[in-house]
Amino acid sequence: MPANKFNGYTDYGIGIGLRIPHYGHILSRKPTVDWFEIISENFMVDGGRPLEVLDEILAQYRVVQHGVAMYFGAADGPNKEHLRRLKILTKRTKTPWLSDHLCWGSVDGTFSHDLLPMPYTMAAARQTAANIRRVRDYLEIPIAVENVSSYTEFHVSEMTEWEFLTEVVELADCGILLDVNNIYVSAQNHGFNPYDYIDHVPHHRVAQMHIAGHTKFEKYILDTHDHPVLDPVWKLYAHATKLCGVTATLLEWDDKIPSFDEVHDEALKANEYIAQAREAKIPAPRARAATSRK
Amino acid sequence: MAAKPQPFAPTKVASTRDLADLQRAMWRVISRPLTADNQMQRIWSDGRRTSQLTAQIAKPNDRLTSFERLEIYNRMYWFRVLDSLYDDCPGLRAALGDAKFIQLAEAYLVKYPSGSFTLRDLPSRLAHFIRSEPRYTRPHTALCHDLARFEWARVVVFDTASQPVFTMNDLLDVSSARQGKLKLALQPYLQLLRLDYPVDDFVLAVKQREAELLRGEASNAPSTRRKVREKKTVLPKRARTHVAVHRLDSRIFFKRLEPAAYRVLTSLREGATLEQALVTGIPRGKKSRVDWAARVQAWFRNWMELGWLCTR
Ligand SMILES: [Fe+2]
Repeated sequence: MPANKFNGYTDYGIGIGLRIPHYGHILSRKPTVDWFEIISENFMVDGGRPLEVLDEILAQYRVVQHGVAMYFGAADGPNKEHLRRLKILTKRTKTPWLSDHLCWGSVDGTFSHDLLPMPYTMAAARQTAANIRRVRDYLEIPIAVENVSSYTEFHVSEMTEWEFLTEVVELADCGILLDVNNIYVSAQNHGFNPYDYIDHVPHHRVAQMHIAGHTKFEKYILDTHDHPVLDPVWKLYAHATKLCGVTATLLEWDDKIPSFDEVHDEALKANEYIAQAREAKIPAPRARAATSRK
Repeated sequence: MAAKPQPFAPTKVASTRDLADLQRAMWRVISRPLTADNQMQRIWSDGRRTSQLTAQIAKPNDRLTSFERLEIYNRMYWFRVLDSLYDDCPGLRAALGDAKFIQLAEAYLVKYPSGSFTLRDLPSRLAHFIRSEPRYTRPHTALCHDLARFEWARVVVFDTASQPVFTMNDLLDVSSARQGKLKLALQPYLQLLRLDYPVDDFVLAVKQREAELLRGEASNAPSTRRKVREKKTVLPKRARTHVAVHRLDSRIFFKRLEPAAYRVLTSLREGATLEQALVTGIPRGKKSRVDWAARVQAWFRNWMELGWLCTR
C-alpha cells in the first residue's frame, strides 16, 4: 500500500540497502536515492565508524530500519537487551516503521544468526503475534513482518504459509513486508503457486516490499541476494503492486555487491513494473501461474 | 513394560511449549558439527541414524529427503559462523594454519555458541577457550591466546563509545596545585594489552600479505601469487610487549607503549588520580626525576593529541 498506518503514513519510493562497499561513493557523491534500508543490528553499537557513517547518511537521506535478529517467532520471546539497544537506534534514525522476519533463530539464549522457518500452526501464530505486540508496545513504532524464504516444511504444519502470515498479522494488527523474491524461492522449493500466496495475503497491510536475486541449484533455490532480480520475480512484483498499490520497495543485494550505480539501476527497474501495474497491463494472476499447487 | 521412548520432536505444535520443543529439536540437528567433507553427520550421538530424527521434524518432497532439507540449514549455520570467525581472526588463522584453525573454531563454537544478536560478539570468549582447552593450539597456546586477545581488542575498539576529549585548554583551566589530584578517564574504546608476544607486528604482516594476495589475484599474475603464497609464516618469538589498540578518524591503529606508560594508563583507567598513577607507573631510583618528567610530559602530550584522555 502507499501511505498507511503500517508504514507510518509515508510514501517512500524505491530504496536500496545501505552496504559498506558503497559508503565511500554515497558520502562523496551524494547520489539521489529515495531512501536507504539499514540492518538495525549493524548499528546497535555505542560508537565508532558505524554511527559516524549513519549520522552522515541521516543528515541527507531517509532511512528505514530492517532487523535480522528479533526472531518474532521464537518461543522464548524478544531479548530485552536487544530491544533496549534497538529503541536507542530508532530514536536516532526516526525510522517511520521497522521490519523484521516471520521466523525464529534463537533457542534458550543461543543464536543461530539464521532466519529459520516457522511451523504453521495456530499456537505458533499466537505466540508470534504476542511477540510482535510486545516489540511494538516497547518501541512505539509500526512494525512490518517479512516472509522468509525456506528450504524445509514441518510435519506439524496445519496451514499454508500465506494463511499463517495472515493469522499472525491479523492477531498482531501489524503490517507486512512482502518479499516477493522469498515467495518465489519458497514456491519453487515447496511446489506451491506464488500467485496464490500474493492473492491471499491482506493487501491493505502491506507496508513495504523487497525484491532480490537468488541462485538456482539442482534440487532447490537459495535466497542468496547476490544477483540481479530475475524475470519471474519482477512479474510477481508487478502483480503484487497491482493488488497492493504502489508500495515502498527495496532491492536487497548483500553478497558479491557490484558498484553503487549498478545496484541502484537494478532497483530503479521497479519503476517499469510500477508503471505496468498502474496501467493494469498485468495478465490475470492464475494465467501466469508458474507451478500448480499439489 | 518398557517406557515408550520420548519422541525427538513434538508431533504437534499446540502450545508455546510445543513450539519451543520443535525449535530445540531442529536447533540440535542444525547446530551439530558437519563431517570433514561438509555434510550433515549420518549417525546421531546415541548411535541412531540422523535420518530417523530428521524424519520426525521435516517433510520430504519430490526432490529432497527430510535429512537433505535440514542439511541445507546445518551447512548454512556452520558456514556462516566459521566464516565470521575466519574474518575476525586473520592472525590466529595464520599462526595455526587453516585446518587447525577450523578445528579450534568448531570446538569453540560447540562449547560457546553465539549468545548475542550480533556476530560481532562471536570471538568474545575465544581467548578464554584457548587457555582452558590448550589441546587445539599446542605447542603455540600462549601465542594463540595473545592473538585472540589482540584480535578481539580490534573488534571492540572499532565500535565502542567515545567520550568528549580532555584537551590542553582543559588542563590549563586546572590550577597547577590541583593538577596532581586530577582524575582523568581513558576513552572507553581504548584497549590496553600486556602481551607475551609481539602479535601487533605479526598481525600487521599477515594483513599486508593478505592484501598482496588479493592484489595478485586482481592482477591475474600467477607467478606473483605463487611467490606470496610460498612465504612461510614466521611465528613471533616471545617478548613482553605493551600495546594500545586505538582508533583515529574511524581507523584502527596499534601503538607500542613503554612498560611505565602502560602502567600509568592502566592506573588511570582504574580510577587513580594523576599523582597516584605516576607513583604506580614510574619506577623509583636509577633515573633522575628530571628525565622522567620530560618523558611523562611527552606521553601525555601524545595521548592528548590522540584523544585518549577524557574528563571523569
Ligand atoms: Fe527480504
